[in-house]
Amino acid sequence: MGCSCTDKKVWQFSDPTIDPSLMEGTFEKYAGSPGTLIPILQKAQDLYGYLPFDLLAYIAHRTGIQPAKVMGVVTFYTQFRTKPIGKNLILLCQGTACHVNGSADIEEAIRDHLQVEEGEITENGLFTYNNVACLGCCSLAPVIMIGQKFYGNLTKESVVDVLKKLEQEEGAQ
Amino acid sequence: MKVTVGKGSCGIAAGAGEIFSLLEQESASPIVTGCIGMCYLEPIVNVIGDDGKMQIFVNVDETAAREILKLSRGETNEADKYAIKKEDLDALDSQHRIALVNCGIIDPENIDEYIARQGYEAAKKCITQLSPDQVIDVIKVSGLSGRGGAGFPTWFKWKAAKDARPGPDGKKYVICNADEGDPGAFMDRAVIEGDPHALIEGMMIAARAIGSDEGVVYVRAEYPLAITRLEHALTQAREKGMLGKNIFGSNFSFDMRIKAGAGAFVCGEETALIASLEGERGMPRLKPPFPAQKGFWQKPSNINNVETYANVPWILREGGEAFSALGTENSKGTKVFALTGKIAKGGLIEIPMGKTIKDVVYGVGGGIKGGKAFKAVQMGGPSGGCIPAALEDTMIDYKTLGATGAIMGSGGMVVMDETTCMVDMARFFLDFTCKESCGKCTHCRIGNRRMLEVLERICAGDGKEGDVELLSDLAVQVKEASLCGLGQTSPNPVLTTIRYFREEYDDHILRKKCTAKSCKPLLTFTINDKCIGCTLCKKKCPSDCITGKVKEKHEIVQADCVKCGKCKEVCKFDAVSVD
Ligand SMILES: Cc1cc2nc3c(=O)[nH]c(=O)nc-3n(C[C@H](O)[C@H](O)[C@H](O)COP(=O)(O)O)c2cc1C
Ligand code: FES
Repeated sequence: MGCSCTDKKVWQFSDPTIDPSLMEGTFEKYAGSPGTLIPILQKAQDLYGYLPFDLLAYIAHRTGIQPAKVMGVVTFYTQFRTKPIGKNLILLCQGTACHVNGSADIEEAIRDHLQVEEGEITENGLFTYNNVACLGCCSLAPVIMIGQKFYGNLTKESVVDVLKKLEQEEGAQ
Repeated sequence: MKVTVGKGSCGIAAGAGEIFSLLEQESASPIVTGCIGMCYLEPIVNVIGDDGKMQIFVNVDETAAREILKLSRGETNEADKYAIKKEDLDALDSQHRIALVNCGIIDPENIDEYIARQGYEAAKKCITQLSPDQVIDVIKVSGLSGRGGAGFPTWFKWKAAKDARPGPDGKKYVICNADEGDPGAFMDRAVIEGDPHALIEGMMIAARAIGSDEGVVYVRAEYPLAITRLEHALTQAREKGMLGKNIFGSNFSFDMRIKAGAGAFVCGEETALIASLEGERGMPRLKPPFPAQKGFWQKPSNINNVETYANVPWILREGGEAFSALGTENSKGTKVFALTGKIAKGGLIEIPMGKTIKDVVYGVGGGIKGGKAFKAVQMGGPSGGCIPAALEDTMIDYKTLGATGAIMGSGGMVVMDETTCMVDMARFFLDFTCKESCGKCTHCRIGNRRMLEVLERICAGDGKEGDVELLSDLAVQVKEASLCGLGQTSPNPVLTTIRYFREEYDDHILRKKCTAKSCKPLLTFTINDKCIGCTLCKKKCPSDCITGKVKEKHEIVQADCVKCGKCKEVCKFDAVSVD
């Protein structure tokens, strides 16, 4: 007998924006090939921004992988998150080179400006920041990455300028 | 006339994207290249004349780009102002480039440029002329050892994988470790972004040597540009018939794919990497069996680092002897280092083994930023150690570095100056390992945590006599009782800082002082005679502990001071002293 928590007929998600049909192509692509849980989860996070529990249960159900194992993988890797994030994800490097060059001050400036803790969403829904180990741009330390763009040689002031500029751009839209 | 723009991740961060667009709009048809390694000079634009002569322009902004445009059109211009300085050019010329030979020179998105520089010739030779044993022999003669950290002889691993019996389906795998988790190292990213075909060719040759037809590159998720460029390179290689069935008309077939990591430092460890490839939690397992016997899906697998593979085509083209002629008795060839931290000229350098730390820091690195004093260099990341300035004559090879308590590691060199606190550095690395420990071994999971707590206590000013001895004792236990390299090496930063900077630990614990003025709880802020009574600090103080009237010297009530440093930060008269 399988686990009862995936034993549902109709799947309803607590987050109404989640449309499970978007995952069909991915399930099809990886059907029957072992060891593909991580790319499936990566795709799901790409689509929905995060991986809520009911979605994980659904993925377990569709792939036939034990829910506990899915959860084990999700909690192991820092890339996966089970809570939603703001529109822009700020990755703040706390690697060695950035630490030596004052990344703690940068974090303070970001926290002061956005008024949130790591992983939380700002009130306007625009930002979430996460600390990461190294972005591979160490020669420009301290560094942050927003979307696919790097910002380097930051100071307490210049990082706030970067955020303000993004806020303006978002406001203009 | 050809114009190239360095568009590695670092160049883009410095604004190369904007410069590229500008040149494009002005129809100069710029070409993309990877990172040449001089990150402190980015964005970099090269102009290559029809006679092949190259001019390098650095720190290029919009004005500079417009001058370069004039130059490329043969108009009078002032581009010379932006030309690279002789000393920087000399620093570049003093290097010896093998793994990085094409980085920053060729367009990584154009396979023809790679082929034009003898690309895929080595693979062709290995596939059509040499036997697998002959290939392995060349690697053996070269003395190439793994660049991912452990420095294990590459030929030995290849031979083991070659001799291993394949799975019932005849499968063996060639795997590339591009997880590059060591914070402060980025050579693997530079190679993939700047010269992806070198990696592909290196893996092809390994596949030929061990008898595999499938390769996987495990790239960390934080490197989106590297993944895109490699994907593109794979497509081009397939179109040209370099990958696929019956390569170069032989009966050798090989193809490869990319697997994006999901963020876990321990997945750089080879057995954890394999677990991750199989879709599991990335937990290391006991060796033996080694991956060469039982690896990916229990089939014989060869795992090497990106830089290791990138050296292979050159070695097979130029011969093993040419490689082993460089370096020292026990460390052959060249090594790429990522020079970062408080260094004046940070970036990537490739030098023969056997240079000294001094050569690197003061030579290519240009000394310390802001003229401060050189204090230490951290080598080998969280598994490595801090080498003090007093040992700056230490030769960079596997054995000599190992004797200092540090390791070569993947080649990250984080330079520290007098303002870096070594106790804080030890705390920083343990914080990292505690977060990254997979939790399998008790000593690694809990022992590192206990060590971190002690270090946090010391940095907060609550250190107790005997703490250093407690740390040393725990360190030995964690090293001995951990299964994988993570736990076996995680105490190294603590042990080396105790060994070389014991005085600083004592300052923190006994005298409650941080000489580097970095651990805030140990500092005392006072207002000196330069104060003119502008009241700014008083207004900004979050704990209202500054007293004084307008135009009179202010004072800090020490009992209420939370040591946030705000007063010092805002003071325009340098009137806040820190001790
Ligand atoms: C905790 C830990 C992390 C590691 N991270 C990496 C890494 O990021 N990249 C890498 O190439 N090797 C890493 N290694 C070393 C690998 O286990 C392995 O030795 C290496 O990939 C072999 O390739 P090489 O012989 O070419 O060096 C790591 C080892 C340990 C114990
Ligand atoms: S340490 Fe921050 S980018 Fe590498």
